[in-house]
Amino acid sequence: MYKPNDLILRTTTSLIAFILLGFAIYLLLAGHNSPGGGFVGGLMTSGAVLLMYMSYGIEAVKKMLPINFVTLIPIGLGIAVLTGAGSFLFDVPFMSQTFGYFTVPIFGEIELATAMLFDLGVYFTVVGVMITIILSIANDQ
Amino acid sequence: MNNIIVLPMVIPVLIGIILIFLGPYTKAQRWISLGVMVANAGISIYILNRIQTEGILRLDFGGWTPPFGILFVADSFSMILVLTTSIVTSVCLIYSFFSIGKAHETMFFYSFVNFLVAGVNGSFLTGDLFNLYVCFEIMLLASYVLIALGGRKVQLKESIKYVAINVLSSWFFLVAIAYLYGTVGTLNMAHLSERIAEAGQTPLLTVISILFLTVFGLKSGLLLYFWLPGSYSAPPTAVAALFGALLTKVGIYAMFRVFTLLFYHETSITHTIIGVLAGLTLIGGSIGALAYKDIRQIVSYNVVIAVGFILVGLAVATPEAIEGSIYYLMHDMIVKALLFLLAGTMIYLTGTANIDYMSGLIRNYPLLGWMFFIVMMSLAGIPPLSGFIGKVLVGQGAADAGSYILLALAFISSIFVLYSLLRVFLSCFWGETIISVEDEVPLKKGMLVPCVLLTLVTIGLGLGAESLAPYVSDAANTLLNPDVYIDAVLND
Repeated sequence: MYKPNDLILRTTTSLIAFILLGFAIYLLLAGHNSPGGGFVGGLMTSGAVLLMYMSYGIEAVKKMLPINFVTLIPIGLGIAVLTGAGSFLFDVPFMSQTFGYFTVPIFGEIELATAMLFDLGVYFTVVGVMITIILSIANDQ
Repeated sequence: MNNIIVLPMVIPVLIGIILIFLGPYTKAQRWISLGVMVANAGISIYILNRIQTEGILRLDFGGWTPPFGILFVADSFSMILVLTTSIVTSVCLIYSFFSIGKAHETMFFYSFVNFLVAGVNGSFLTGDLFNLYVCFEIMLLASYVLIALGGRKVQLKESIKYVAINVLSSWFFLVAIAYLYGTVGTLNMAHLSERIAEAGQTPLLTVISILFLTVFGLKSGLLLYFWLPGSYSAPPTAVAALFGALLTKVGIYAMFRVFTLLFYHETSITHTIIGVLAGLTLIGGSIGALAYKDIRQIVSYNVVIAVGFILVGLAVATPEAIEGSIYYLMHDMIVKALLFLLAGTMIYLTGTANIDYMSGLIRNYPLLGWMFFIVMMSLAGIPPLSGFIGKVLVGQGAADAGSYILLALAFISSIFVLYSLLRVFLSCFWGETIISVEDEVPLKKGMLVPCVLLTLVTIGLGLGAESLAPYVSDAANTLLNPDVYIDAVLND
């Protein structure tokens, strides 16, 4: 059987994938008031996951990340719509957003915004869509 | 605070997403979807009545006031269409329960119907031109899925054409929006109207308006209807009925909005072109309706004729004609859904779409035959059915405005509609019965009930036109006086 010699790819992937995933989370969290956001965060995450697929193969990554990426799409959409619809509970216009400052251990005072929740929905949707599209093309015989 | 006016779009989106998780539970999916449409109908009746007392309602998303944010605006015209959409979709859903088949139901059919309705309702309600584009896309994406779902060869062929045409026209739509934004610097419809009125409709703006006309002409099948008969005859009956009832109407709605609110200063150019296109559509549609023996094609060409007829009202643009168009729009959504359902049922019963191979159906299925007769009468505009009032008002408007050619074309096309359907009626329902009692395919009650419901609605709409009059005249009044709309959006 043909076995590719991909030592360099595998070694760099194990390093880079973590950096990519970490940076993706940073982009997601920063997105609502500085450059970044759920969309680009999602793209970067799916980039990292795809890199793992390329270097370790689909079977191995399925064991590592036992996530059904297709169901991420409706979950993300649901989060995004519900964030908007949350305004009904507080009797403010649809899609209103708010933010506040909270003190948490370790991090100190941080800003939490409801726009982040919407971004989280976008993030899940993008990850789900990207990986589903690329895997279904890649698996096509 | 009018959060309620976003509900006709948000409920279907949310339920559509939830239904994805209910994949295998088709029964739950059916009843939840039907519940959504009934709830939407209730909500739109409530909003319609509130508009009569409080005037036009608006909702600024996230509290961003116009012209900076995106907003939904509910006036009588939009809400009438949302209401009709909800009614028609409920009935088409009931029909699909019994006809669409398990394979469709587990492949998220109901989710996509919900998304389609969300896009349609969003298009009716939005007060921002770019948001209109987004809602169009939501509707179109759902319709791409619905037209291709099932994977028969003809569906593949027609869906490729349908997708190509719509992607092209969406691109034109974007280009037109970009031109308009570059010229006047806003996309809020009320603000656009105000700025165009201030600056005067320069030749450049008129050219942009023609670009919009092309886009909506492609979407609604105004002259550019070459894609329509093929695409609408490919999908399953319940989907075809939804398409025939809703999709072209959204294009017509957009055309009414744009050419009464934004570009109403150079009527001698724009409205004349609309008139010419409407006339040509009437002629082309009439020829098409007579040319085919495939009942699906005949029915699809009837959609085209109706588009021409409704836009005669816009081209003439007198108060009577606009009121007539609104009545006819409601009537056409209901009756076209019914016509598609009846045609689909006939194909289901006989196994053929060619009218030459059907005969004497009225002996086997009397109720179906009589409903087809009523639909034919209603489309031809025989009182007291629902087509009558619209035809009279459009005709009156055209006569007042002195557009006698359009008047003649509109009424001659009615005769062609009558003739094309009479031909179907004579060939399929009269004559020798070729189906013996033993071979008779039993007509499912579930297929008959939706048709009966819609027949009752068309009779009710005809008899109850008087009770709808205040809503329709308010809608026409808003369309003809852009200041009412602008005041409600900007100076509140």
